[in-house]
Amino acid sequence: MSASPYFEAAERIVRDLFDSDSVRRGSSGAWLTEGWRAIEALGLPQALVDEADGGLGIDPAEAADMLRLVGYWAVPLPLAEAMLGASLLARGRMAGVEGPVTLAPPHRTTIRIERREGAWFAEGRATRVPWARDATTLLLIAPAEDSPYLVAMPASLGTIEEGVNLAGEPRDDFRFSTTIPATAVLPGTMTPNEVHAAGAALRTIMIAGAAQRLLDLTLGFADEHQQFGRPIAKFQAVQQNLAALAGQAAVCRAACDMAAQALFTRDGRPAIAMAKSRAGEAAALTAHLAHQVHGAIGFTEEYDLHLYSRRILAWREEYGNEAEWNAVVGQSCLDSADGAWALITRHGEFAR
Amino acid sequence: MTAFDFPRPVMTPEAETLRGEVRAFLDEELGALRAAGKYVGWTHADPAFSRKLGARGWIGMTWPRTYGGGERSATERYVVIEEMLAAGAPVGAHWTADRQVGPLLLSHGSEDQRQLLLPGIAAGTCYVAIGLSEPGVGSDLASIKARAVPVDGGYRLSGTKIWTTNAHLSHYAVVLCRTDGEPGDRHAGLSQLLIDLGSPGIDIRPIIDMTGSHSFNEVHFDDVFVPETMLIGLRGNGWAQVSGEMGNERSGPDRFLSSFAVVEALVRRTREKPSDERRAAVGRLVAQVAVLRRLSASIAEMIRKGEDPTVQGALVKDIGTALEQEIPEVARRLFAIEPSPEAADPLSALVGSTLLAAPSFTLRGGTREILRGIIARGLGVR
Repeated sequence: MSASPYFEAAERIVRDLFDSDSVRRGSSGAWLTEGWRAIEALGLPQALVDEADGGLGIDPAEAADMLRLVGYWAVPLPLAEAMLGASLLARGRMAGVEGPVTLAPPHRTTIRIERREGAWFAEGRATRVPWARDATTLLLIAPAEDSPYLVAMPASLGTIEEGVNLAGEPRDDFRFSTTIPATAVLPGTMTPNEVHAAGAALRTIMIAGAAQRLLDLTLGFADEHQQFGRPIAKFQAVQQNLAALAGQAAVCRAACDMAAQALFTRDGRPAIAMAKSRAGEAAALTAHLAHQVHGAIGFTEEYDLHLYSRRILAWREEYGNEAEWNAVVGQSCLDSADGAWALITRHGEFAR
Repeated sequence: MTAFDFPRPVMTPEAETLRGEVRAFLDEELGALRAAGKYVGWTHADPAFSRKLGARGWIGMTWPRTYGGGERSATERYVVIEEMLAAGAPVGAHWTADRQVGPLLLSHGSEDQRQLLLPGIAAGTCYVAIGLSEPGVGSDLASIKARAVPVDGGYRLSGTKIWTTNAHLSHYAVVLCRTDGEPGDRHAGLSQLLIDLGSPGIDIRPIIDMTGSHSFNEVHFDDVFVPETMLIGLRGNGWAQVSGEMGNERSGPDRFLSSFAVVEALVRRTREKPSDERRAAVGRLVAQVAVLRRLSASIAEMIRKGEDPTVQGALVKDIGTALEQEIPEVARRLFAIEPSPEAADPLSALVGSTLLAAPSFTLRGGTREILRGIIARGLGVR
């Protein structure tokens, strides 16, 4: 991981704040006020905002290092949503939006807006919104004929039906039919598809963090847990599983780097599609292998493994699962006149 | 944390320009074959093809000009070899010399050895085999029995090497043998000798593989005289030298692109007969290759920086070769073909030849089990 002093400070704070108890509370409906304050104090939600607009002045790769902490420490807070939301707000030069801010996944949202008497009327339904119940503001992308609009909707203007993802993280439905002030609606934002792809990139990054944690937990367990008079890590059959697990974690990391570099680039969608699809498949294998090595203890509520394995299972579904992104990659291949290899070399997202 | 470091791979404008030149060359050379599904793959040796690459400066690309090299960047070399592999070009004749022997001689060889071999290798006219495995000694290389006894002016080598790829076409072989100590000494006392395969006392016998091809050989050395000047590096340091070389052998794009021609054929066939299932399945394979390519290019970057890629190389090869084996199976699930290397239908022909070659993918250059042992050691559990 990155070794910048800022990253090290962030990692220390995240590690100290999000211990097993906090993560468990945050995974069963509690809002971690202190944790969120610390994350805001570090400026982490501004990680994807340009320095000129009040951001941290770090590149997407370093922002990815920060977001990977969410996966590694199972931080049960909407940092990805806040990062992407802050970036959208900064691009639209919309100031004064009150946090915590969350973002409605555009492909899980139906929204219609129209101008009414100097304000806007908006109605629709946003589903699977991370931590909508705790957010002050929900950001919604409203498609329109001319260009999409960014809507900063006060959470108080709609009704919330609570739900959760496979990891127990809040994923709420939000219904609205309301008038909102003109200042809360901005034209010319990213399209729903662009925001969807950016969201997929951020989930890919988080998956890599969780996969790394699964590997570390599993190595630690295999070194300590004794059977037949020696640590199970000494058995070749277990070593083979550990090696396979390390391989899948490395795949997740490569996908993470690929997605981070493609984030917000003009032609980044195919790379993000490849990365999210690949990370989703590899992540499930890391979870499977981690559980296999742990045996029954890893299947218990009491043991921490599920805090990470369930997140991986949840995150690979969000912002498009493998079925969705594989079809996108496949279509890109069919559209690529010079074939699949040329597509791959065009979208490797290497450094230049 | 236990993450293995994979540095960010690098691409340069010069390398992308070169990519265009390589693609144009490959289209010209292989276009007709590829359209017919007559893909031969990178292990196939075609000396005429190797000479053409040598004439273009695409072998020994990064080596010093004094040895016939091109002093091009590692990135440019990576682009050339990945384009060759993706196209299934018949690079087998010069492949091990370019990939392993050249770098070995540049780091451990004598000036005379470099002058003797490198210009010919770079020209695509001098081929070099690698003699490691022996009958009964496969993965457990430290148990080899080939022995070189010191004599006046050199050594006398006796023993047998097996699975020696393209020895019958090669001019030289780099042979790992025991010069000192006893078999019980394991890694200590092993040395690498550079053998002129025209020397008296050498018998090269073909081993036909299950695809019907001849690339493997059994090579017998009967009291073969090897001049002192043909010892590579230090006497007794053979194991360390071989280990470094294996890092290069295992980490390249040849470890995930062996079946790639099938993917291209699947794209073409899906264009003709599209379905949602086929589109997604092709997309999945392409996503897998794209991420592996990133890992592999990252290892090339490690080698460029002088870092040791042994564990990362093993990891990429483990995942890459599993994908190589899965690709023809995916093809079978998507299309009701009857694979056969002789089929008139290009997809059936390609899948047929790939299926027959597939068992070797997770064996050559270190079996999956050995690789996972290397990874486990890298993780600190062995």
